[in-house]
Amino acid sequence: MSKILGISAFYHDSAVAITVDGEIIAAAQEERYSRKKHDAGFPVHSIKYCLEETGFCLDELDAVVFYDKPLLKFERLLETYYAFAPKGLRQFVLSIPIWLKEKMFLKKQIYEGLNSVEPYNKKDLKLLFPAHHMSHAASAFYPSPFSSAAILTIDGVGEWATATIAKGEGHQIRILKEMRFPHSAGLLYSAFTYFLGFKVNSGEYKLMGLAPYGDPNSEQTAAFIKKIKDHLVTIYEDGSIWLNQEYFTYTTALKMLNDSKWEKLFECKKVAPDGVLEPCHCNLAYAIQHVTEEIVLKMAKEAKRLTDSDYLCMAGGVALNCVANGKLLKAQLFKDIFIQPASGDAGGSVGAALLAHHMYYDHPRQVTNEPDAMKGSYLGPDFSDKEAVITFKKQKAVYNHIESFDALCAKVAEALDSGQVVGWFQGKMEFGPRALGNRSILADPRDKDMQKKLNLKIKYREGFRPFAPAVQTEHVEEIFDLDTHSPYMLLVAEVKQQERRDMIKNDHNLTIWDKLYMDRGALQSITHVDFSARVQTVHKETNQRFWSLLEAFKQKTGCGVLINTSFNVRGEPIVCSPEDAYRCFMSTEMDWLVVNNYILEKTAQPEWDNREKWRTNFRPD
Amino acid sequence: MIDFLSDFWLYIKERKKYWLAPIIVVLLLLGFLIVFGGGSALAPFIYTLF
Repeated sequence: MSKILGISAFYHDSAVAITVDGEIIAAAQEERYSRKKHDAGFPVHSIKYCLEETGFCLDELDAVVFYDKPLLKFERLLETYYAFAPKGLRQFVLSIPIWLKEKMFLKKQIYEGLNSVEPYNKKDLKLLFPAHHMSHAASAFYPSPFSSAAILTIDGVGEWATATIAKGEGHQIRILKEMRFPHSAGLLYSAFTYFLGFKVNSGEYKLMGLAPYGDPNSEQTAAFIKKIKDHLVTIYEDGSIWLNQEYFTYTTALKMLNDSKWEKLFECKKVAPDGVLEPCHCNLAYAIQHVTEEIVLKMAKEAKRLTDSDYLCMAGGVALNCVANGKLLKAQLFKDIFIQPASGDAGGSVGAALLAHHMYYDHPRQVTNEPDAMKGSYLGPDFSDKEAVITFKKQKAVYNHIESFDALCAKVAEALDSGQVVGWFQGKMEFGPRALGNRSILADPRDKDMQKKLNLKIKYREGFRPFAPAVQTEHVEEIFDLDTHSPYMLLVAEVKQQERRDMIKNDHNLTIWDKLYMDRGALQSITHVDFSARVQTVHKETNQRFWSLLEAFKQKTGCGVLINTSFNVRGEPIVCSPEDAYRCFMSTEMDWLVVNNYILEKTAQPEWDNREKWRTNFRPD
Repeated sequence: MIDFLSDFWLYIKERKKYWLAPIIVVLLLLGFLIVFGGGSALAPFIYTLF
């Protein structure tokens, strides 16, 4: 029996996964325990959880696998400084101490970190370090339902690679082509994220949500696309890119780019964090999204050419760009696409563990045909009724238990139908950045004001951001132009024509807020301004409870769609425990909280005076 | 430290990057100064490239 622990840590999104005989048993992100968004610390809590879930101790593991190669990263660091010298002296002086004190001795840090989990015999521990993009590739291919597939990984940067094309065959993965630092599609997108006032490494989603507010037909947008291609990036036919380093500073300075140079190029001011977004910023967002889609599509075509495969697997941070994924699917280059739900660095832990099992130990692979081996990404901890009740009692909460789950669903459906917002906490926590119906905030998408209410009064986030719909997989084609499943909310599809209202002519002359509040159709709150939606298909096989709730809502209202947004506020990691859920529930204007079969109504709860204090714990992301 | 040096030697041999050896030795000596000097090593970066 092979028991392998995969770890991703020390950069961002620390996470752990454990596999037994190649089956992913458990996986969790450290941020959910530490309550620090994108926590990079050694994932002590997640390791404890994974070990508890399997019943193994550290001494029983065959290997612990770290998701990248620190010495190769250090080589990149030194060679980059050498190439750009004498520029970058300040960054050099600041970063070298970090490396000399911590990152170069990562092995020691891992040994010490594991020791703080539990005592173990260091001499018997096998510690492995696969390459960053191999971990990504493995996280995409091994859990996929394909025995053979092309693999495309695209992110900011690993050691040297920023994107790779590989072929997965049986239990082997072979990298065929790679693009190297500093030329990176992920860093290009992150540079625009920074320029548009969002945080690098977490605000990329916001940029993607902002893009549809841009006017695709305007001269300004066309000019932006031309300027990006003429001055910032050369895109080659094989999808590889060359970034003009005169416009970027991430190799030598402490930020992504030179603000004034970009302002001059685009004749558009850089947006301050939480600053005002003008139409030119929306057009710029549209332009970079368009360019990114072109890059991804060309890379996928090259992957097809090199592998001649019918299937594609994707991972890496850029694979979370669900708009680009949707376009790639529509291009029908491949019969089917599998995207790792935890495509960012957290998912590297899954890949690292699976890579060791299949490649290092040479174990054959059992292909899971339906739907994939990620188990719906419900790989995190669950909490018993007893644990929930202990929390409620501690908080002096008022709660009711409803024995029949059908009755509970009927009650929740009724609350949702009357415009109320429900915190829905069930079963195992999701692994990856999306809440998929176990740690979710749910609401009625037909409510015209729901997007505003959720953004401003519950999530406390930017008002322009769209919400995703959850729909039973059997009914997805009735509402969306999507003929496949999207269980991980990684595909964007258009809302069907019959669900839309025609927008008035020249709508792109409207401000961002006028566009947002304009009547777009029956499912206003999940229909983005370009009539797209980031769809989650809910499957009875992987999430019976959420599926049943959707069924109850459909029976009650005739509408089989719910808004599904993550159970957290801006800057807060998604809730992990009933205690996190209760705190979030009490500190926002959520109306109901459901934990397992327990239901709590806001109006019945005792006074909660920690609201402001609690929210200030989380820095805006 | 011996563990690190042996890993480092294997890495240099594998990658044939012998020119990195003197740089890393000098940096390691500097590192000792930093460690014993108790200097701060906080990451000031907006993006974790390094």
